[in-house]
Amino acid sequence: MTFGDLDVAHAHTDTQEPTRRDFLYIATGAVTAVGAAAVLWPFIDQMNPDASVQALASIEVDITSVEVGQSLTVMWRGKPVFIRHRTEAEIEEANAVPIGDLPDPIARNANLPADAEATDANRVFATGEAEPRLEWLLMVGVCTHLGCVPLGEQGDYDGWFCPCHGSHYDSAGRIRKGPAPRNLDVPEYEFVSDTLIRVG
Amino acid sequence: MTMRSAKTKAMILTRIAPVALTAAIAAGALAVPAQAAEETHALKSVHFSFDGPFGTFDRGQLQRGYKVYVEVCSSCHSMDLLAFRNLSEEGGPDFTPEQVRVLAADFPREVIDGPDDVGDMFERPGKPSDNFPPPFPNQAAARASNNGALPPDFSVLAKARHAGPEYIYSLLTGYEDAPAHMEMRDGSYYNPYFPGGQISMAPPLSDELVEYTDDSPMTTEQYAKDISAFLMWAAEPKMEERKRIGFQVMVFLVVLGGLLYFTKQKLWRDVEH
Amino acid sequence: MSGHSTIHYKNPVVRWIDTRLPIISTMQVNAMDFPTPKNLNYFWTFGGILTLFLGIQIVTGLILAMHYTAHVSLAFNSVEHIMRDVNYGWLLRYMHANGASFFFIAVYIHIFRGLYYGSYKQPRELLWMIGVVILLLMMATAFMGYVLPWGQMSFWGATVITNLFSAIPLVGTAIVEWLWGGFAVGNPTLNRFYSLHYLLPFVLAAVVFLHIWALHVPGNNNPSGVEVKSDKDTIPFHPYYTVKDFFAIIVFLFFYAAFVFYLPNTLGHTDNYIPANPLVTPAHIVPEWYFLPFYAILRAVPDKLGGVIAMFAAIAVLFVLPWLDTSKVKSATFRPLYRQFFWILVITCIGLGYLGAKPPEGGYVIASRILTIYYFAHFLVILPLLGIFERTKPLPASISESVLAKHGGGGATAAAGAASAPENRG
Repeated sequence: MTFGDLDVAHAHTDTQEPTRRDFLYIATGAVTAVGAAAVLWPFIDQMNPDASVQALASIEVDITSVEVGQSLTVMWRGKPVFIRHRTEAEIEEANAVPIGDLPDPIARNANLPADAEATDANRVFATGEAEPRLEWLLMVGVCTHLGCVPLGEQGDYDGWFCPCHGSHYDSAGRIRKGPAPRNLDVPEYEFVSDTLIRVG
Repeated sequence: MTMRSAKTKAMILTRIAPVALTAAIAAGALAVPAQAAEETHALKSVHFSFDGPFGTFDRGQLQRGYKVYVEVCSSCHSMDLLAFRNLSEEGGPDFTPEQVRVLAADFPREVIDGPDDVGDMFERPGKPSDNFPPPFPNQAAARASNNGALPPDFSVLAKARHAGPEYIYSLLTGYEDAPAHMEMRDGSYYNPYFPGGQISMAPPLSDELVEYTDDSPMTTEQYAKDISAFLMWAAEPKMEERKRIGFQVMVFLVVLGGLLYFTKQKLWRDVEH
Repeated sequence: MSGHSTIHYKNPVVRWIDTRLPIISTMQVNAMDFPTPKNLNYFWTFGGILTLFLGIQIVTGLILAMHYTAHVSLAFNSVEHIMRDVNYGWLLRYMHANGASFFFIAVYIHIFRGLYYGSYKQPRELLWMIGVVILLLMMATAFMGYVLPWGQMSFWGATVITNLFSAIPLVGTAIVEWLWGGFAVGNPTLNRFYSLHYLLPFVLAAVVFLHIWALHVPGNNNPSGVEVKSDKDTIPFHPYYTVKDFFAIIVFLFFYAAFVFYLPNTLGHTDNYIPANPLVTPAHIVPEWYFLPFYAILRAVPDKLGGVIAMFAAIAVLFVLPWLDTSKVKSATFRPLYRQFFWILVITCIGLGYLGAKPPEGGYVIASRILTIYYFAHFLVILPLLGIFERTKPLPASISESVLAKHGGGGATAAAGAASAPENRG
C-alpha cells in the first residue's frame, strides 16, 4: 500500500545501494500486509458452519414402521433424506439396467470408494455391512441439477421425478433422463441395528 | 515599579483562583461520599489456575467440577446454554468424545424430545448434541419447588457476578450462624457473601459428598473450588483461545508499532515540526 | 467536491476515469497532497483513529447481525450462541462491545483536544457543530446497541432512558409509548432498536464525511492556533501524517487489544449476563461508562423534567460554544488562564463520570450538583468573561516561527507549548 510509494520516492533521492531506510519501509509494509491478512480470517471463518450446526451433523432414524413399498423422508443437515423400503420389483428393475446405459456410471455412494460403479448393489451399500441390504435405499433427496426435491414413485423409471426441470431417476435413485448430471447422492450411513439407521 | 508589582499580583491572583476552585470542587466531590460506603463482605481470596493473562483451566479440576455439578447442583440449577459436546471441546474439561457420549446418556435426567409419530413428546437418554436437560420445565415450577426462590441458571453465572469464581467459592464456603441481631426469614440461611445475607439455598456441600476418583481431597473447600472453576469455564469456554490469540496479537502490535515508530522517525527527520 | 480534475495523469486508464469522475484526483488532493500544518502533535491523530473505529464497529456489527436474533426470548441466547458456537464469534463480539468503549475514549480525547486548542473557533464553527451531531449519533447508536443483548442492564437501561421522554409535559407518555411500541420496553422496542442500531452507523458515516469535508475547507487547526500563512507552514498529508496516524493507531489498538483479549468484560456490567427480567430491577442501574457524566447531571437535578433538560443542555451547550468563547486566540498555549480552566473542566467531567456510577444518595448528590453547576458555568459564564479579561500571550507570526521558537528552546511560547503538548521532542 502506502509503503510501495514511499520506497519509490526514496529510491530517487538515495543513490546508494539499498539502505536501512529502504529495508525499514519494506519490513513495515510486509508486517502490515501479514497483519491485514491474519485479521481477515476470523471475518471469513465466522460464516462457516458453527459448532452447534456441526454437532447435528449426524442423526439416528428408526425405520421399524416403514413397510415394503413405503418411504420415509427425514431431515438431515437441513436437507431431506429419502429412506425407501423397496419392493422386489423395484430391485429387479434397477438390477436389469446395464451400467453402460446410465448417464452417470458412478455409484455416488459416500460409503464406497469414489469410483465405485453405479450398480444397484453399490447404491444401497451401507458402511459396516458385509452385504448390501437391497431392500433399503437411502439417499439425499436433492436433485443434482439445481437442488429441487424430486417427487417419489413418479417419472418414467418407477423412481423419482424432479418437477423443476424434468429429471427422471430410477428405482435406485440413478439419473436416467433429463438435465441432472449425477445420480442422487447417498450419504454416509450405517445400520446401528436392523431397525435403526445412523445417517452422517 | 509599582505598576509592575500590581500586575504581578494580579497575575498571581488569576493563577491561583482556578487552582483554589479546583480544590474546592474536588473537596466537595470527594469528601462527603465516604458515608455512602456500603457494608459488603470482602470475598475470600482464592487462587485459580486460570488467573492472569497466561492462566489456563485445570482439566482435572473441570472434570471434578462437572461431577459436583451433576451430583449436587443439577437437581435445582439448570445450565441451559451448555451442551454435552462442549465437554470434549478444546480448552475445556477435555473429556474424550466417547466419554461425552456416556456422560450424556448417564445424566440424571433424560432429554425431552418429540413430537413422535403420534404427536407425543417422549424422554430419551441424552446425546452429545443435546443441551443439559433442565431440572424444571419452567421458572414457575422451579419457584414452586424451592420455597418461592428461583435457583439461577448456571450457564453464565460466573460472568454475571462480580469476581464470579471467587464469589461462588466464597458463597459456598461462607455459610455461618446468623448473628444474634439478625432476623431470619423462614427457610433462609445466613451467608454474609450473599447480597442481604439471607439465602434460600441450604448449604449444598459437605465433606465426602462427592466421590473423587483422583487424589483430590473430598472436602467442601475443594468441591467449592472445583465447581467455581467449572462454572468459569462454562461462562467463558473460549478463554484459553482468547488468551492465546491475544498474546499473538499483542506481540504483533508491538513489532508493527516499533517498525512504524522508526519509519515515522526516519520520515520526519528532515521536517522541522 | 472539485468538479473537474486539475491533475493531469500520464496513465491513460487513470486519466480516462478521472476526467469522467475525478475521484482519483479528489483523493490525491484531499488524502495525499493535502497541505497539513507541520506542527500537529499526537492529539491530532484521533481523527484517524475514530475513522478506523467507525469502520471496526460497522464491520464487526455487520457480522454480528448475521448471527444475532432480535427477539426477547432469543436475543440473550443468540448472543451466547455467538460467544460459544460461531467461529471466532467471541472475538467479534468482544471487539464490538469494547470497540464502542474505545470509540468513546477516542472521541472524548478528540473533543477535549478541540477544546484545548480552540478548534471550534472561526472559521471552523460548522466543523465543530457537525462534530457535536456525530457525538449525538454515537450516543444514540451505542445506547441502542447496548439494549440488544437483552440482559438486565439492557432492559433497565432502555427503560430508564426511554422514560426520560415521559418528562415532556402533556405528550410525554404518548411519546414514550410510541418509542416502546407498547406499554413497557418489550419485543417491539427491541426490534426497532435493532433496526435503528443497524441504520445509524451509516448515517454516522455520512455525517463523518461532512465533518471531513468541512475540515478540508479551512484545513487543520494546529497547536499554535495560528492559521497557515504560507507553504512553509505545511507538509503533504501523505506520507507524513498517514505514517504518523498509522503509528498512533497501532499504539491505540494495543490498549484496545488488551481489553478485547484480557479484560473483555471489565468495561461492561456483570448484570448484563443475567437475562432481562421485567419483574426485577437490578440494585444499581448504571449506564455504560461513557454516559456516566451525563447520567450524573441528570440525577443532580431534583426535578424530573429539569434533569432531562440539564442532561440534553450539557450537549446542546457545545453547539453554541463557538459563540460563547469570546477570545480571539485559539490555542490554550497562549491563554494562561483558559488553560487552567480547561483542566478544571476535564477534572469536572471525570468527577461527574465518577459520580454517575455512584448511588444517588447523600454526598454524591451534593457533589454532582456542584460539578453540574460548574460544568455549565464553565461554558456560560467563565468562557464569555475570559475572552474579555484574559491577558493572552503574544502569538507567533506563523506556524514556522512557532516551530523555530520551540526548537530554539528559549522563548516563553516554547516553554508553554512544551508543557502541554504531548510530543515535544524534535
